Amino acid sequence: MDRFLYLTFDGLSRGAIYAAFALALVLIWRAARIVNFAQGAMAVAAAYAGYSVTNATGSYWLGFITAVAGGLLLGAAVERVVMRFVDHSSPLNGVVVALGLVLIIQGVLGMIYGNEFRPAQAPFSRDAFQIGGVALLSRYDLFVFAAVGTVVALLTLLFTRTPTGLRMRAAAFAPDVSRLLGVPVGGMLTLGWALAAAVGSLAGMLVVPTELGLHPNAMDLLFISAFTAAVLGGLDSPVGAVVGGLVVGLLLAYVSGYLGATVAPMAVLILLVVVLLGRPDGLFSKAKARTA
Amino acid sequence: MSALLEVEGLTAGYGAAAVLHDVSLSVRTKQIVAVLGANGAGKTTLLRALSGLLPAERGRVVFDGLDLRGVKVERMVRHGIAHVPEGRGVVTELTVDENLRLGSLWRKPRPSNDGIYELFPALARRRDHLGHQLSGGERQMLAIGRALAAEPRLLLLDEPSLGLAPKITAQIMALLRDLRDRTGLAVLLVEQNVRSALSVADEGLVLSLGRVVSRNDAATLAGDADLRHAYLGF
Ligand SMILES: Nc1ncnc2c1ncn2[C@@H]1O[C@H](COP(=O)(O)OP(=O)(O)OP(=O)(O)O)[C@@H](O)[C@H]1O
Ligand SMILES: [Mg+2]
Repeated sequence: MDRFLYLTFDGLSRGAIYAAFALALVLIWRAARIVNFAQGAMAVAAAYAGYSVTNATGSYWLGFITAVAGGLLLGAAVERVVMRFVDHSSPLNGVVVALGLVLIIQGVLGMIYGNEFRPAQAPFSRDAFQIGGVALLSRYDLFVFAAVGTVVALLTLLFTRTPTGLRMRAAAFAPDVSRLLGVPVGGMLTLGWALAAAVGSLAGMLVVPTELGLHPNAMDLLFISAFTAAVLGGLDSPVGAVVGGLVVGLLLAYVSGYLGATVAPMAVLILLVVVLLGRPDGLFSKAKARTA
Repeated sequence: MSALLEVEGLTAGYGAAAVLHDVSLSVRTKQIVAVLGANGAGKTTLLRALSGLLPAERGRVVFDGLDLRGVKVERMVRHGIAHVPEGRGVVTELTVDENLRLGSLWRKPRPSNDGIYELFPALARRRDHLGHQLSGGERQMLAIGRALAAEPRLLLLDEPSLGLAPKITAQIMALLRDLRDRTGLAVLLVEQNVRSALSVADEGLVLSLGRVVSRNDAATLAGDADLRHAYLGF
């Protein structure tokens, strides 16, 4: 039972990170109808930028801010310089371009930083406190929950309470009508990519201390887990992405706890295949027809 | 009095094939001009070319002294031009209230939606409903209300009567007449429903195969039996 509780909290902590990263995928999907397969690589690039700043200044937080701000800029740049010029009449084009970006980003990072793991510092202890004699949560887990909770709250406020959020939603649903109403649709798209990449980079910063360290491929499992979470949630649904992230986190924790850590990545892939075959629209999608 | 909107020799189309050929027209402040013509005549294309959704190939479009070519679509509304597209263009995923707010989001200070709800009480009762939950008539009111929220000087309306009961169509026409008389609104009104369009319009023009084949005051057009038979089918 103690073990089950421990694994549950571990799963929720991982799941919160997957939720944030899945949310980033959903943001871009909603804004541009593209699954951003380059998001993992973009988050790695941002994390390396943060790593360099932390090394140079000795401050984790300066590095953290650099990574999130770097993600923001990188997201805007990817939209402005690359994605805007992709012919989106076939959805495959965006995917191919994103995969090309992955190769470029990982190649460049490999040239600059080398392909070995760089140990990454955590801002808080990862040792769990004892609660009722069971080690359940670490300070780092609390930091993860707080960071992801803040991101979810801020995004919710942005999209439901602010004029910019309304513009972003309208631009995504009905670009031509939005233009006629004075919405700068291109700018909203850039903003969507920037925000999504910043959230993805934040998730990347959160995941690095829980893994072997920083490496050009460090976000591969994060990407696959979060993609599964996003698909589980319906790709279109921010709530679905968060719930999906938590579900995938729990699944991974239980599988690695009871069956062994090496089986975990496979379990995610199996879940992804099951979801794609069984409920390709996800558990949270609403059937809706665009009429106007 | 010089025209608010002055169009000269406008040619536009999709890809290589021009749809509009050498179209000239003008709309004055406080004037409703009806654009009539059979299906495929190019009425929608004309409005799209005016609001910039479709780039013009040739011709001059001048609005209150401003050359509109080179003005981006998203800037048009700031200059006072509102376009209600064919099929209404309600954002179906947003609520009535959000749709209306979208119409005046660029204005400073941002007006409340109360004035529009006064104009369309039916919308006030549905302010929290999503666009796709509305009836056709409600959507049309929403699209027009949203355009009016921008307080435009020129309204481009594409088939507001499409799919509406005659009574609602008549209400909309009465509203246009009222806005014209009260606020000096200029309207370019595309309609299949020739009778109701000519009942409020001051002038009309008839498009056929992308060309203006007739331009006259509304009463004269309504009385021209040959023209009606040839181009308007009744
Ligand atoms: N997106 C498009 N691409 C290519 N051709 C188009 C497009 N839209 C319209 N056309 C063509 O342009 C011509 C004029 O179309 P338009 O929609 O302007 O007609 P309309 O007068 O508005 O007709 P309706 O009364 O049926 O709405 C038609 O021949 C149509 O086939
Ligand atoms: Mg039309």
